[in-house]
Amino acid sequence: MAKPKEGDMVRVTTEEETIEGMLLPRPDILEDDVTVIKLHHGYNIGIDNSRIKKVEVLEERKEKKEKPIKITHNPKLPKVSILSTGGTIASRIDYTTGGVKSTGFCAEDFLRTYPELANVANIEARSIMNIMSEDMYWEHWTTMAKEIKKEVDKGADGIVITQGTDTLHFTSAALSFMLKDLSVPVIITAAQRSIDRGSSDAFMNLVCAVKAAGSFEGAEVFTCLHGTSSDNYCILIRGPKARKMHTSRRDAFRPINELPIAKVHKDGNIEITNNKFKKRSKTKTQADIKHEEKTALIQIYPGMNPEIIDFYLDKGYKGLVLAATALGHVPTDNPNHSLLPYLEKAMKNNIPVIIATQTLYGRVNPYVYTNLRKLSIQSKCIFAEDMTPETAYVKLGWILGHTTKVDEVKKMMQTNVAGEINPIIDEKSYLV
Amino acid sequence: MDYKKLGLKCGIEIHQQLDTHKLFCQCPSLIREDEPDIEVSRNLKAVIGETGEIDQAAAHEMQKEKTYTYQAYSDTTCLVELDEEPPHPMNQDAINIVLQVSKMLNAKVVDEIQVMRKTVVDGSNTSGFQRTSLVSQDGLVETESGTVRIPTICLEEDAAKIIERGSDRDIYNLCKLGIPLIELATEPDMFTPEHAQEVAGHIGMILRSTSKVKRGIGTIRQDVNVSIKGGDRIEIKGAQDLKLIPLWVENEAKRQICLLEIKELVKGIKIPEEIHDITSLFKKSESKVIKSALTKKGVIKAIKLPSFATLLGKETMPGRRVGSELSDYGKQAGGVGGLFHSDELPKYGITEEDIENIRSLLKCHDKDAFIIIADKEDKVDKALRAVIKRAKHFEIGIIKEVRKPNDNGTSSFMRPMPGAARMYPETDIIPVKISTSHLDKIKLPELLTERATRIVENYKLGQDLADVITKSGLADLFEEFVTKFKKVKPAFIAETLIATPKEVKKKINKEFTITDSQFKEIFSALHNSKIAKSAIFDIITDIANNKYDLSKYSLMDEKELEKELKKLITENKDADERRLMGIVMGKLKGKADPKKIMEFLKKKS
Repeated sequence: MAKPKEGDMVRVTTEEETIEGMLLPRPDILEDDVTVIKLHHGYNIGIDNSRIKKVEVLEERKEKKEKPIKITHNPKLPKVSILSTGGTIASRIDYTTGGVKSTGFCAEDFLRTYPELANVANIEARSIMNIMSEDMYWEHWTTMAKEIKKEVDKGADGIVITQGTDTLHFTSAALSFMLKDLSVPVIITAAQRSIDRGSSDAFMNLVCAVKAAGSFEGAEVFTCLHGTSSDNYCILIRGPKARKMHTSRRDAFRPINELPIAKVHKDGNIEITNNKFKKRSKTKTQADIKHEEKTALIQIYPGMNPEIIDFYLDKGYKGLVLAATALGHVPTDNPNHSLLPYLEKAMKNNIPVIIATQTLYGRVNPYVYTNLRKLSIQSKCIFAEDMTPETAYVKLGWILGHTTKVDEVKKMMQTNVAGEINPIIDEKSYLV
Repeated sequence: MDYKKLGLKCGIEIHQQLDTHKLFCQCPSLIREDEPDIEVSRNLKAVIGETGEIDQAAAHEMQKEKTYTYQAYSDTTCLVELDEEPPHPMNQDAINIVLQVSKMLNAKVVDEIQVMRKTVVDGSNTSGFQRTSLVSQDGLVETESGTVRIPTICLEEDAAKIIERGSDRDIYNLCKLGIPLIELATEPDMFTPEHAQEVAGHIGMILRSTSKVKRGIGTIRQDVNVSIKGGDRIEIKGAQDLKLIPLWVENEAKRQICLLEIKELVKGIKIPEEIHDITSLFKKSESKVIKSALTKKGVIKAIKLPSFATLLGKETMPGRRVGSELSDYGKQAGGVGGLFHSDELPKYGITEEDIENIRSLLKCHDKDAFIIIADKEDKVDKALRAVIKRAKHFEIGIIKEVRKPNDNGTSSFMRPMPGAARMYPETDIIPVKISTSHLDKIKLPELLTERATRIVENYKLGQDLADVITKSGLADLFEEFVTKFKKVKPAFIAETLIATPKEVKKKINKEFTITDSQFKEIFSALHNSKIAKSAIFDIITDIANNKYDLSKYSLMDEKELEKELKKLITENKDADERRLMGIVMGKLKGKADPKKIMEFLKKKS
């Protein structure tokens, strides 16, 4: 007799009873001491394995074939390429077993899940990787940059990247630095609610993202997710200024130190809310993917052990970003905790140290207090203006791929490359 | 009616709210009517079908998506109800209550509870699904008319409260979303309308015996399933009044008998698909409905129902006719106001002449009937198409549907019977193992019926009073007071808990509640001879008027009483004994023991 597999109809015999139903997979993270069966009315129950005498297969699972869908080209609509990288927005649930599939999401799959996309753009789509957002790193960002360039070269009117939300703001910063002379918009979107539910934010997010990619006049990297808890509009946030500010809300992504660039209403109307952005052009898009992985982002906190700096220096790191307190402080006066000697050592070794702020909002300042002056003048730390620590971290890694000279790093760090530095901070940009 | 011959079968599904915080968050299970301070609006998408194919109908629905507005309160609802935060682990108190009920019904508890997502498409859940879980199976309930099987006992979350339904927007309030519900479904093991009522009542009693379920309107809901031989299952949803259950069942049986007759009578009748625009016939109509439709730039359209003239008026149940079956569908589908059957005309300002004109335009013979609707064109078309479809279904007999119970014992069409709900695992909740040792710790409560009997025996209460005490949920309080305040008679405690508040309410015509601690203070004072029994009515009246102050009723001591009595006697020298008694009692009522007053007056005289 065949060994029971997920999706098979089985009969489970225990000491007291026989139970018939469909055998379901047990999630890996749970103990393997229970057999899960879907009963005829749809409910699942768990049966203690120690009670089970035997499991017989009544009927093997039949795989259902999907009907192919026809993709028609509408010459009136823009051409948008969707590159999926994993995450909930490009996944489908197997309602039989409850498992989630997210491999090889193609245009057909997108149109199957989001049929209204056909009214927004001519879609091309492919999966360029399939990983969880928390595992994304330079190799993935560079792959994305190269694939985006390919699609732009092929004549796409805009690109949509789908990924998991956790580190989406690292991706948006990295792509902003790597994609030089970008001629079309690159829109990164994701979902906070899984797409098996009718209430998922994925539907509006993706439709708005494709709309923005196809017709927004700006040619930068933007994130595009819910603007509020309601399904009324998404906001476009400039890549290096975006940050995930909530673990689970739909409107978790907020712009830091500037206003959102535009609202993309669900009816497709795009309302510009901040007109400081680069327009579409005929430039030749470049993927400048050089970078240095040996950069670190270090959280500053009271009582921290400053030897952490030594750890990174010993490991051969080429640059450090400190998420410092407020205007840019680190423990300074207490000899047991002062970071100064360590930072000076780093600078002596030509390892640039960047100061960003853990308050996120506001600009760091090298001179207001004595201790700041000690950091900036004595220790020669580089102050990262109004960049978030994450953006500063990504930017430093990207710069170090181009130069390791501290002076040049400093100059590049403090020069606006992709909208990451705002010389003027809009008063209304706080907590929006 | 001979229900055995008819092959009547009833099943019941009971939903009862549990008296504990919400199932998947720590918010209180508090139904509120006041102004909400949070409002979000969302859309629900029809998600891809089970087979992974796009359902064309669903795709079509998406084009004209509906908006759902959710109202909430920042102090009693949280991000979980708003679908902005993952659910918290399942409420263990709620699980324990369901385990207790499962044991009471001899149901087999599962080894591990798995929470499921049951797809819901009407917007009543912010997530788009209802979280539900099977806790036990194969229970039994013994009633006087026989054993009824209970295949499933579930624990699930209640839906949001509907505030307003509109054509493109529904408004819900989230205060109800997430309240734990125990759901029990029986097999169709009831064969008379009365048995259905008995079972619903008995299960309700069992649930209340736990003393951990909510009480009051809307906290328990019954769905009654009814079918007869040759008919099909009809669900009467949300029956609140147990006393009406037999009538709802009886009337549904009548309806199914009638529809089975109609099935024979419509054999060979072809219902035409054609919808006729008859607006031009009504340019000068005096009918209010017609005029109002025309001023709104509406239309009047008609369909012909061949050979239906005598059928339309046939009664399906008291006050409901075959025509009502059609108009229910039409009104539901199109949300139209003015819908008329030919057999109810002339009426509503539609004249004989109008009828003749319609008949000739539709080429109606004497045996034929017609239906006309006046409203906006898209609504009229939708409604008439639904009417045509329903008319065609007469040849099938009974169409599975969900019906709304009306207060007069009839029912009307609510919606088609939903297909098997899609259920798949709620991956955000870790399954809950139920160990044998945990199950052993769950104790069975005393049934309310048993408790009433015990109260009669132990405290010498009348059966009626004992029944009321247990049914009203005051038995715990009663027994606490009886044990604590031994100098007060149990019957008096019971009367005070049950009857006195009712009398006060009747007298001052005002709703009010008395807290447990107020009752406790009153009985304690009585027990310690600090107040007189005769003061209780006034004290409760004070509570009703928000003037509660027990000290006002403190009994006078002997000296004070004597002084006051002497004063009153001097003041009323001329009064005879009876009148004096009246005056004294009026002045000192509730402040002194009447017995003592009598004694004093007797001594004096």
